[in-house]
Amino acid sequence: MSTLAPSPPSTPRPPSAPPAARWARVWSGRRRWPLVGIAGAAIAAALVLLPLAFLIVEAQRSGWGEVQRLLLRHSVAVLLWNTVRLALACTLLCAVLGVAAAWCVERTTLPARRLWAVALVLPLGVPDFVIGFGWVSIDPALHGYLAAVMIMTLALYPLVYLPVASALANLDAGLEEAARSLGMGPWRTFWKVTLRQIRPAVLGGCLLVTLALLAEYGAFEIVQYQTFTVAIFTEFKLGFDTVAACVLSLVLVALSIAALAGELTLTGRGRSGRPAGPGARRVAPRVALGRLAAPVLAGLGALSGLALGVPIGSLAYWMARGSSTTLPSASILGAAAHTAAYSAAAAALATVLAVPVSALAMRHRNRVTVLIERLAYLPMALPGLVIALGLVSFSVRYAFSLYQSALELIVAYAILFLPLAVVGVRSAMGQSSARLEEVGRSLGARPSAVWRRVTLPLIAPGLGAAFALVFISAATELTATLLLHPTGVNTLATQFWAYTSELSYGAAAPYAALMVAISAVPAYLLSRRMSTLANAERAA
Amino acid sequence: MSRLSVSGVWKGYGGAPVLQGIDLEVQPGSLTAVLGLSGCGKTTLLRVIAGFERAERGSVSLGAQTLEDGRTYLAPEQRSIGYVPQEGALFPHLSVQDNVGFGLSRRERRGERVAGLLEMVGIAPLAKRLPHELSGGEQQRVALARALARRPQALLLDEPFSSLDASLRSRVREEVHALLREQGVTTVLVTHDQEEALSLADAVAVLRDGRIIQQGAPTELYERPADERLARFLGAVNVLDARFEHGAARTALGTLELRGEPGHAGGASAAAAAGAVMLRPEQLDVRVCEDSAGAAVEGLRGRVEQCRYYGHDALLHIRPEQEQDGELLLARVHGEQALPIGTRVAVAAHGPVSTLR
Repeated sequence: MSTLAPSPPSTPRPPSAPPAARWARVWSGRRRWPLVGIAGAAIAAALVLLPLAFLIVEAQRSGWGEVQRLLLRHSVAVLLWNTVRLALACTLLCAVLGVAAAWCVERTTLPARRLWAVALVLPLGVPDFVIGFGWVSIDPALHGYLAAVMIMTLALYPLVYLPVASALANLDAGLEEAARSLGMGPWRTFWKVTLRQIRPAVLGGCLLVTLALLAEYGAFEIVQYQTFTVAIFTEFKLGFDTVAACVLSLVLVALSIAALAGELTLTGRGRSGRPAGPGARRVAPRVALGRLAAPVLAGLGALSGLALGVPIGSLAYWMARGSSTTLPSASILGAAAHTAAYSAAAAALATVLAVPVSALAMRHRNRVTVLIERLAYLPMALPGLVIALGLVSFSVRYAFSLYQSALELIVAYAILFLPLAVVGVRSAMGQSSARLEEVGRSLGARPSAVWRRVTLPLIAPGLGAAFALVFISAATELTATLLLHPTGVNTLATQFWAYTSELSYGAAAPYAALMVAISAVPAYLLSRRMSTLANAERAA
Repeated sequence: MSRLSVSGVWKGYGGAPVLQGIDLEVQPGSLTAVLGLSGCGKTTLLRVIAGFERAERGSVSLGAQTLEDGRTYLAPEQRSIGYVPQEGALFPHLSVQDNVGFGLSRRERRGERVAGLLEMVGIAPLAKRLPHELSGGEQQRVALARALARRPQALLLDEPFSSLDASLRSRVREEVHALLREQGVTTVLVTHDQEEALSLADAVAVLRDGRIIQQGAPTELYERPADERLARFLGAVNVLDARFEHGAARTALGTLELRGEPGHAGGASAAAAAGAVMLRPEQLDVRVCEDSAGAAVEGLRGRVEQCRYYGHDALLHIRPEQEQDGELLLARVHGEQALPIGTRVAVAAHGPVSTLR
């Protein structure tokens, strides 16, 4: 046989340059990274990995045999069952409620759509433990599995509603019309075409719901339902058993990662994109509700009433009753000041860390910078309790002066909400572009001057939004705060919790009201911004 | 005014190199168009010249200054090269005058220079506007004024007119061309529009698959393209079989004079006895078979099969009678000469023809 294996296709290569020149190339010009940026991104990556690393170190302190013994307990199986059945039921209910509500608001002739669009998102502005408080304080008999499912569904369905509503508003009507013209009925079109297109949004929302459920402590403590997070908290705070708490935390992390992986595989399989080709996207016509308007209005009214009306109403009730008996206004001002200071510091830290992470990943894209950016999203899968425990294990063993210091709490917040900051900064970086920065350089500005004169002014509003998002999340955080707040210093969340634990609902209510006020503003702005975006797209 | 020289430039992004040994000479004060389809590497070439990308090998120099070679590399801000990207890329947070003044020192920004530049491109009344309040053509002018503000020695234009409406495009094109003439700045314009390249540029370089396959004056490219593919890219062509005798080509349309090859004396360079020649549609003369007096007209007989009417002219597709399955002949005639389909015509040809490789 004379035929040999086909020779590899020869791509033309330039004659190779001398090694010295090659090095000069790597370390000069465009490829040279700004050192400050690398340092910032490296710190962010290290901070994210630190709690997880020390969780593992702490968990196997007494050896792997002990880990095994702790894991193979009957109580762990019960916790697992409790957590999984709650997560499944809540996620499913949130998906159904979120998609149905979003479809009614975005695709039908529902009266007062703008109002509903805001009202349906607002429960996001009420911390979950406040919703729990609202229900239990008016009906102390409420506890156990069903109560937990109901309260968490009411608290979390907006996490599905928001992305799905936005996906529906931006949907291309052309596909649905094509399906109808090919002989599909309206229901089949919904199942086969519409649902298919909004599937990534639904799955993304479900993932957020699951992760929030795994991380939640306050609401479950209030309705006395044992999940992993509650058990970990109890082990650590009451049993002083760090090793057991850390071992259970690792299981919790594993569950979160499983949820993340599940979402990734499901989304990957149903990749939907805009059909290729030019042609402007068309806005879908709305479905006339007709005689169904009344029942749909009643349903949405019930949902908003249960999710928003009951907690707010019960807060108002307790405030009215409490104001006559106890209102130590000095302490609420002090707590508010502490909350504001810690949250602002954390928001600043998270935003500052997020800038190099996103900027490097977008402008100097390579394996290392992309990995760092992915790492920055890791805290999404780490419940606040887990991050707090990791930091506690680290500080107790290696830096005791940090233990329960303000700095530790601020760092914990910054790690916990780094993903929010990265998302915000990333979309802000989209306001600037590599092309604008290049034009700046061709006009004689050095890279640092381009950063100051072009990039920074363009991303500043986005940085502000990222700061605000982290600030609000930190101000209403409970679990990590309970573990890490400096001894003797109270924040709004810890003081609220202290009063609630003593069943002094009247005293607790003003703290909750203040937290709701802080976080309702951005929830409102978020829904407003979404609807203006959708309207702008429609007008274009 | 400086000469811009690119020699032996290679550039790749991992896979097959995008630029494979580019040589380009731009005469001082001239406008050279780099013509190529999308993905041929023309934007990459501009980016290497501007300094946004580093060449893997090769050198770039402007006047006496080396911008880049194996040892040296000047950052974009040190190059004195103006750059006008596609769609302008104005800084959205800055007003028109701040955009134009971006590259100037603080003192220059306060002086007359910015106003003078705005005057020059004819948008002085828009000085305080923000970019999103401008039309596409106005944005393009601001981008040009901004690039010219620092009196660069060379100017790079990346498809500057492609985002404009057809009606606006030719006007902005003319104005920009006049302005560049006046400024006498050495310019490289990248485009995929052969009409734009031929009508605006002093010289055209054709880029294909990372190589420059031909560089020369627009007329030279149009009349003597390097190969058939380029010939067709630059405009419609007729390719005819030919026998070469005594510096002439014998074809179905008669004996036609051969164009002298550059570097060869006379037209006798065709080494082979037979080959192909190329005629542009405007080299064909089409007449109705019988003239008004009823006398027969000389020429190859054929029938009009298609007539594409453009107003100022028309393109006739003619099927020769002897070769029913041969290639159609394309002839460009004046608009008023557009003939109905089915008309019997006589086709003759004039002018020198080029051999095709």
